[in-house]
Amino acid sequence: MSVIPAPFSYHRPKSIAEATALLAEHNDEARILAGGQSLIPMMKFRLAAPEHLVDVGAIAELKGIQRVGDALVIGAMTTQHELQLSKTATDAAPILKEASLLIADPQVRYMGTLGGNVANGDPGNDMPAVMMCLDAAYRIMGAAGPRTVKARDFYEGTYATALATGEILTAIEIPVPPAGHGYAYEKLKRKIGDYATAAAGVVLTTRGGRIATCAIALSNLADKAVLATDAAATLIGTALEKPALDKAIAAARAIMSPAADTRGTTEYRTAVGGVMVERALRRALARAKG
Amino acid sequence: MNIAVPTREQREAKLEGMGCKRKRVEDIRFTQGKGNYVDDVKLPGMLFGDFVRSQYAHARVKKIDDSKALKVPGVLAVITAETLKTVNLAWMPTLAGDVQMVLADGKVLFQNQEIAFVVAVDRYAAADGVEAVEVEYEDLPVLVDAFKALAPDAPLLREDIKDKMTGAHGPRRHHNHIFEWSMGDKDLTDAAFAKAEVTTKDVISYHRTHPSPLETCQCVASFDKIKGELTVWGTFQAPHVIRTVASLLSKIPEHKIHVIAPDIGGGFGNKVGAYPGYICAIVASIVTGKPVKWVEDRIENLTATSFARDYHMTTEIAATKDGKVTALRVHVLADHGAFDACADPSKWPAGFFNICTGSYDFPVAHLVVDGIYTNKAPGGVAYRCSFRVTEAAYCIERAMDIMAQKLGMDAAEFRLKNFVRREQFPYHSALGWEYDSGDYHTAMNKAMEAVGYKQLRAEQAEKRAAFKRGETREIMGIGISFFTEIVGAGPSRNCDILGVAMFDSCEIRVHPTGAAIARMGTKSQGQGHETTYAQIIATEIGIPADDIMVEEGNTDTAPYGLGTYGSRSTPVAGAAIAMAARKIKAKAQMIAAYMLEVHEADLEWDIDGFRVKGLPEKSKTMKELAWAAYNSPPPGLEPGLEAVSYYDPPNMTYPFGAYFCVMDIDVDTGVYKIRRFYALDDCGTRINPMIIEGQVHGGLTEAFAIAMGQEIRYDEIGNVVNGSFMDFFIPTAVETPKWETDYTVTPSPHHPIGAKGVGESPNVGGVPCFSNAVNDAFAFLGTRHIQMPHDYWRIWEVAKGLGLHG
Repeated sequence: MSVIPAPFSYHRPKSIAEATALLAEHNDEARILAGGQSLIPMMKFRLAAPEHLVDVGAIAELKGIQRVGDALVIGAMTTQHELQLSKTATDAAPILKEASLLIADPQVRYMGTLGGNVANGDPGNDMPAVMMCLDAAYRIMGAAGPRTVKARDFYEGTYATALATGEILTAIEIPVPPAGHGYAYEKLKRKIGDYATAAAGVVLTTRGGRIATCAIALSNLADKAVLATDAAATLIGTALEKPALDKAIAAARAIMSPAADTRGTTEYRTAVGGVMVERALRRALARAKG
Repeated sequence: MNIAVPTREQREAKLEGMGCKRKRVEDIRFTQGKGNYVDDVKLPGMLFGDFVRSQYAHARVKKIDDSKALKVPGVLAVITAETLKTVNLAWMPTLAGDVQMVLADGKVLFQNQEIAFVVAVDRYAAADGVEAVEVEYEDLPVLVDAFKALAPDAPLLREDIKDKMTGAHGPRRHHNHIFEWSMGDKDLTDAAFAKAEVTTKDVISYHRTHPSPLETCQCVASFDKIKGELTVWGTFQAPHVIRTVASLLSKIPEHKIHVIAPDIGGGFGNKVGAYPGYICAIVASIVTGKPVKWVEDRIENLTATSFARDYHMTTEIAATKDGKVTALRVHVLADHGAFDACADPSKWPAGFFNICTGSYDFPVAHLVVDGIYTNKAPGGVAYRCSFRVTEAAYCIERAMDIMAQKLGMDAAEFRLKNFVRREQFPYHSALGWEYDSGDYHTAMNKAMEAVGYKQLRAEQAEKRAAFKRGETREIMGIGISFFTEIVGAGPSRNCDILGVAMFDSCEIRVHPTGAAIARMGTKSQGQGHETTYAQIIATEIGIPADDIMVEEGNTDTAPYGLGTYGSRSTPVAGAAIAMAARKIKAKAQMIAAYMLEVHEADLEWDIDGFRVKGLPEKSKTMKELAWAAYNSPPPGLEPGLEAVSYYDPPNMTYPFGAYFCVMDIDVDTGVYKIRRFYALDDCGTRINPMIIEGQVHGGLTEAFAIAMGQEIRYDEIGNVVNGSFMDFFIPTAVETPKWETDYTVTPSPHHPIGAKGVGESPNVGGVPCFSNAVNDAFAFLGTRHIQMPHDYWRIWEVAKGLGLHG
C-alpha cells in the first residue's frame, strides 16, 4: 500500500489571473491547493489524484483581513492561526476565533486556511456553519469574471459546492453582527485533531433579554453544513424557555442526518447534536446584551 | 595546596547509581532529531519494496496480473507466492507453532493481507507499481464474530490444515479451532462452585486493539552475494531471535547473518514477531543483489502487523456470603485472526493468562482457553504487558467488582478481605505460579489513604442522591484496580521461544582507564536502557554511570539474548548485568588484595573501590584496579577486566500495584472527565525513579486510550473501520489525564538486585481501573458489566439503555 500520491504537476501562480488561467487550461484535471490540510491527505491515500496542483499560496491578493464599513473581508488564504491573531476579526465577530480554536490542532491551524475550510465542501469542516450563522458571502473569481455566493446557498452536498470548475474562492465577506450580539460554537469531538461528532454554531441578538434574531447552523450532522431555520424561528421572542426550547431542539434534530461512523451511531450523533444546539443557544444568550 | 577529599556522599552521588533520578542519556540525541532509525539507513543502490494488499477479508485469489506494474518506470520485480515457493518461503512458521502465508497462496484470509511485493528504484515507483497490479478475487463467506467461529457451518478458513486435527498445542476439535489449553483443578473447582453461597458469571470481553508504535515496522535487507552474507537492519525487539529464525528459514549459516536493530521508535510488542515484510525484503535483496528497504505505513501497521487482546473471558467467581472467595472459573475464547501468530513463549499458547487469580487467595481455580481462527489480522502480541497478563488482570479486576456489587460489599473492602497476605509469600497460586513477594495490604491501605477513599465514597453517595433528585446530569465513578503482574520471562524450565531458552545476557568490559562498555541481549525501544543499565553497573562496581556506555541491538557484538518485551529487561538482563558486574568485582578484589598486600577476606567494598577492613585509608578505587588489571595483574592472573553473564532466572517476578480513578460522566453526551488518577506501583528495588515515573505515565496513557476507545474494529465483512490515527484513539496531551504516582518497595527475593520490572504494570493495572470507574458510575442505576471500550457514544448508549434520556 502507500501513503504516496500519484504523480502530478505542480504550479505556483503569483496572481489570481494566472491561477484562473491555469485552472481554465487544465479544467477537471486541476485542483487548487490552499493549506493542503485536507487535499494532501486525500492525495496520499490516492482518493484524489489531480494531474495538476495549483498552489495559490503565493498570491498576495488572497491574504489579509480588513474591516470595510459594516463588513469584515477575509482573504481566502488567511490561515486559521492568522485569523485567531486578528483583533479586527475577533472584535467584529468573536465566534470566528472561538470556532477556529476548535479546528484540528495547532499544527493544522498554522497551515490550514479559512478559504480551504469553507470551499472544500467537507461537512466535517467547522467554518461553513459559522459562515452560515454570520450570513457571510463568498467572493469567487473565474474565467467568466467575479461573482458572489452566500454561504447559505453555497453548499450542495459532500464535496459538492456552488464553486464551478475553474473558479477560485478569493475572499469571505462577513456582515459584522451588531454590538452586543450573542454567539457560541459548541463542538463535541473525540480528541484534539478530530472532526466534530456533532457541532452547532449560534449567532443571535436580543431585545429586553429575549431573542430578536437568531441563526443556528450545524457541522457534520448532515451531508453538508446546514442552517436550522425552523429551530431558530421557534425561539424568536423567547429567552429559551421550555417548551419553545424543546421545540427548537426537536426542529434542529429533524434536519440532522449524520452518518453512523466511528464517532457513533446516527442516533447518538443526532442526540448530541441537539445537546450542542442547546448548549450553544444557552451560551449565546448569556453573552448577548440587549 | 589542600586537595579536598570527597565525602562518602559526594563519591556516592558521582556514581549516579541505583536510586538516582539520572537524566536519560539517550534523550540528548532523541531530542535533537539525531536518533538513527531504520528509515535513516540509506545504502548505495538501495531499492524499495511495497505490498499489494487484499481488499477482501476472505477470498480466493484467482489471478495476479503484474504485467502493467512491470511497465511502470522504475519497477523491477513483482514477487508473489509463486516466486517464494521456489525458495520454499511462501509460508513461514509463527512463534506460536502455526504457519502463516508470507504472500497470499491461493486465498486471502484477512483484509490487507500481503498479496504481492513490488520492488522498485524508489518508494514512488513502488507505490505506482502497487496500484498497477491487478488482482482477481472470488469472495468467500467472512467470519468476524469469534462466537460463531466454532459453529458447525462456520466458513472453513484454514484449508491448509483442514485435515490436520492436531496442532502445536494438542487436538483441534473444529476447522477453526487452534487449541484448547487448560490449567488448574476442574473437579475441585466444580465442587467449590456446587456448594458456593454466592456466584457470579459474566462474559468479560477485552476488545482487539493495537500497540501502534509511532515508528512502524520496517527493515533494510542487504545480501552480499560474494560473501554469502546477509545484513538486516530492522525494528526488532528481539534481534537475536530474528537472526536465528532468518538462519533456519533461509539456510544461510547464522554467523553469516548480521541483524542490527538501531534506535527504535516504540515497540510495545508490535516488533517482537517476524512479518512478511522482512521475508520479502530479504528475498528481494537475494534476487536483485541490491539492498531492499521496506517501510510499513500507518494503515498497514494498524491493520496487518500484530494486534493485541481480542479475548472473550467468561468469568465465574464463587464466594461466601460474608465475602470470602472460594473458587474461580474462567473460559476464554481467544481470537487469533487468520494465523496464530501469538508472540508467547512456546509452551504457553495463552501466555501467562493463568495469573488470572490476580492478587487474591483463591483456594481453587480452573481455566480453559480455546484459540480460534477468524478473518482478521493474525496475532496477537502482548501490547505493553507480559503475555496475556493485561487480559487476565482485566478479567479478575472486573469480576471482583461485580462480585462485590452482588454481595453489597465495598469493592476495596472486598479486595482487602481476599488479598494474599504478606506471610503467605512465596505464594503458590491455584493456577500454578509461585508469587515471589508482595505486601498487598500495605499498598492498598496507603493508596486508599492517599486518595481519601472514604471521603470519595461519601461524595459519590451525595452525587448519586442529587442525580436521582434531578439536580445534576453528571454521575461519578470510582475505579479501583489491584493488579499482580507476572514478568521476567523466563526460567528455562518453562520458557522458550522456538526452542531457544529465555535467558538474557550482559558482557561488560572495563577499559584500562576505568571507563566501561556493556553489551546486552536486550533492545531498548525507548525504555532508557542506556541510562538505567549503566546505573546498575555503577552501583555494583563503583564506576560512574557517565563512564559506562551501554550498547544493544547488533547481533555481531552483543551477547545472545531474547530481547525486550514482557517487562523482562530488568528482571532478566538486569540480573545478568549484576552477575557480570559481580564477576568483575571479584577479580578486582583479587587484584586489590595483591596490591594492598592483604588477604581478599580482609577487604570490604566501599562505594567505588575496596578498602582494608579497619584501615579505611588503605584502599584502591575501581579506576586504579582497572589500570592494574591490564598492566600489572597479580602473578598467575590473566590480564584484563571483563565478564559475561547469561542469566537464567529461577522464577518470574511479580510486580503489583493499587490504582484509583475518579471519573465524572455527563449522561447526555457520554463525555467523561478523569478527575483524578492515582497509581501506586511496587516494582521492587527502584533503579531510576524518574524513569519509573515516565514508564508509569506512558503505560497509563496507553491504558487510558485502550479502556476509553482504542480498538481495531471490523465491520461484518471484515473491513477495518478505524485503521488510521483519525479514528484509532491515540490520546494527545490534551485528553491525557494528570497522573499521580506513588510507590511501595517489596524487593524480589530471588533477583540479584531485587528489581521486578515496571514498564508494563501501568497498562495492566490501568485498563481495569478506568473500566471499573465507568462501571462504578452506572452501578447504582442497576448495571452489572459494561463492555469496553468506553468511548463517548458507547457510554451514552448505556445511559440510554437505562432510560436516562427521558
